[in-house]
Amino acid sequence: MKFLNEYRDPHLVEQYTQEIRRVVTRPWKIMEVCGGQTHGLVKNGLLQLLPPEVTMVHGPGCPVCVTPLHLIDKAVWLASRPGVALCSFGDMIRVPGSRRSLLEAKALGADVRILYSPLEAVKIAQENPDKEVVFFAVGFETTAPANAMSVLHAKKLGVKNYSILTSHVLVPPAIEAVMSDPETAIDGFLAAGHVCAIMGISEYYPIAEKYQVPIVITGFEPVDLLQGILMTIRQLENGEHRVENQYSRVVLPDGNPAARNIIGQAFDTTDREWRGIGSIPGSGWELRTEFSDFDANKKFNVPLEKAPESSVCIAGQVLKGIKKPFECPEFGKKCTPSNPLGAPMVSSEGACAAYYHFSSLIA
Amino acid sequence: MITLGHGSGGLLTNKLLESGVFDLLKNPLLDTHHDGAVFEMPGRLAFSTDSYVVSPIFFPGGNIGELAVNGTVNDLAMCGAAARYLSLAFILEEGLTMREFWDVLVSIKFAAEHAGVQIVTGDTKVVERGKGDKIFINTTGIGQVHPRANIAMGNIQPGDKIICSGYIATHGIVILSVREGLEFGTTLLSDTTNLNHTVLHLLDDFGPDITLLRDATRGGVATVLNEIARDTRLGVEIHQKALKVYEEVDGACEMLGLDPLYVANEGVFLAVVRPDAAEAFLQKLRTLEHGADAEIIGEVVDAHPKQVVLHSRVGGRRVVNMLAGEQLPRIC
Repeated sequence: MKFLNEYRDPHLVEQYTQEIRRVVTRPWKIMEVCGGQTHGLVKNGLLQLLPPEVTMVHGPGCPVCVTPLHLIDKAVWLASRPGVALCSFGDMIRVPGSRRSLLEAKALGADVRILYSPLEAVKIAQENPDKEVVFFAVGFETTAPANAMSVLHAKKLGVKNYSILTSHVLVPPAIEAVMSDPETAIDGFLAAGHVCAIMGISEYYPIAEKYQVPIVITGFEPVDLLQGILMTIRQLENGEHRVENQYSRVVLPDGNPAARNIIGQAFDTTDREWRGIGSIPGSGWELRTEFSDFDANKKFNVPLEKAPESSVCIAGQVLKGIKKPFECPEFGKKCTPSNPLGAPMVSSEGACAAYYHFSSLIA
Repeated sequence: MITLGHGSGGLLTNKLLESGVFDLLKNPLLDTHHDGAVFEMPGRLAFSTDSYVVSPIFFPGGNIGELAVNGTVNDLAMCGAAARYLSLAFILEEGLTMREFWDVLVSIKFAAEHAGVQIVTGDTKVVERGKGDKIFINTTGIGQVHPRANIAMGNIQPGDKIICSGYIATHGIVILSVREGLEFGTTLLSDTTNLNHTVLHLLDDFGPDITLLRDATRGGVATVLNEIARDTRLGVEIHQKALKVYEEVDGACEMLGLDPLYVANEGVFLAVVRPDAAEAFLQKLRTLEHGADAEIIGEVVDAHPKQVVLHSRVGGRRVVNMLAGEQLPRIC
């Protein structure tokens, strides 16, 4: 595949790992922010290719992992109402709520549909005027333009039976939350390439400056990841803390203004609760008031109490890089991918699932 | 159009059977129109059953009918057996058109002929609209085990080579592409086929050197490999660069967020073969039907018991686990 195979070239991978080994002199902890990057590191077995000085910490950029429990409960409740079709991205449907997951709700008769795009959900709403179609609009800045577009589109078409259950989260406030926690010891960041493809890179300059930390915007293929790691280590070894763009074939300095314009039309910034981390000010987007009719949070009165999180799950500390998944007493015991206690064990991008699949490997 | 009456056992059922099913699938055992087939079979026998619920029922490269014949024929082949007789049971949903039903039946006839198997008994039930998904099929088959076959998990030893018979993940991606409305630059077809002739030729030549045969259907190659590791308590190592995936399939997996290792196949099998016979086995397989693209993809090892480890194309290693449930596309 063009534009993929070039970045999976074993020869280049070998050269980058050699260069990383040559450059590194001290231990460094680097956080890859995005779950897609975690997935790329694990899927290609890159972690074992890194020298022992380099520790990769899996960050909070996994939408499945940080979506609050009570929102999943809300989605399950909505899906279980007669006349509602609840549409969602794939891996969200296995995340356990406090009572059940969307997948289990589906088995009990709820109308739960897996889609690749929220625009498909608008089409379903048009074709089924007797149904309330709700799209579970989670994710970071990457999924926001399509979710925003679906609402603008539905409004334009006069589709009244479409709404989104939204819990959008933003990367820069999450990086700040990680850095301002006195327990974290992250030396550098691989920022999420696809988020920056939308948002551009300017948001990261003040963070790099404030926390004196290098931030390298990085892609997802093996060569991207290793190059991003190398660029971060070079800065660290030189005592620098700049914003660099490894993923320049996709990320323009100004991002995608058209996509941001759509986001701006539909969303306002809001405080957002992150599962396992807590509330982070200004860390999310919600639908603007003029789109209240499309906001499932406002359209439906969901009579649910906020359920408590599992008392043993240390997801918050894992997501901030304070603890490794295997430091959790239930890791691989009570908590496994087929019976997850916390969200990072659910998605293949989640830090705990990534470790579960990988750490048992005898080196 | 199929109505509830076609499953009532009365006139409509009789008409449906007489007007074609018996005629189409004609053979001496079926022609007796008895409650069951009566026959003698000598030697070691293999017996297998499977149900088919694929949606859509027609897909590029095949339909649920030939899938149902090939699937059970292949399950028997994986036991080292030549399928002789099949049962065929339909659960039809009201509203299925006669045209669709006949198309499925005709492809059942041809698949059975190609596999050299006879359909000797069967059943038809009809359920109300909404209680089924057009057509469900169950086939059960019986066949004679090849005299040289000695296929059992317990025979597998460290050092045995794992051979994959062809390109993987094609069937699953074809089905998904129809469901998701994906289109490819070329025509991608399901790999559904009968593997019995190929397997029997291999057993002629390699007999006891073949320790295991498995078709990599639901759950894909990764699931079979995990079953080998789990049941033998040995490790399995595979090499990503030896796994063949059509570029269109690879691209679709990339777009849909799926791992081809877990995607279903209908005409691909894995063979575990003694190391000294592996190369000759591979060369022979490459000369046989559906084996031209075979490769040695890995081996059974003493290290990391019960685990499948993949050597990635870029030189890394990772564990390939059993899937927790259905493979779900990732958000981003």
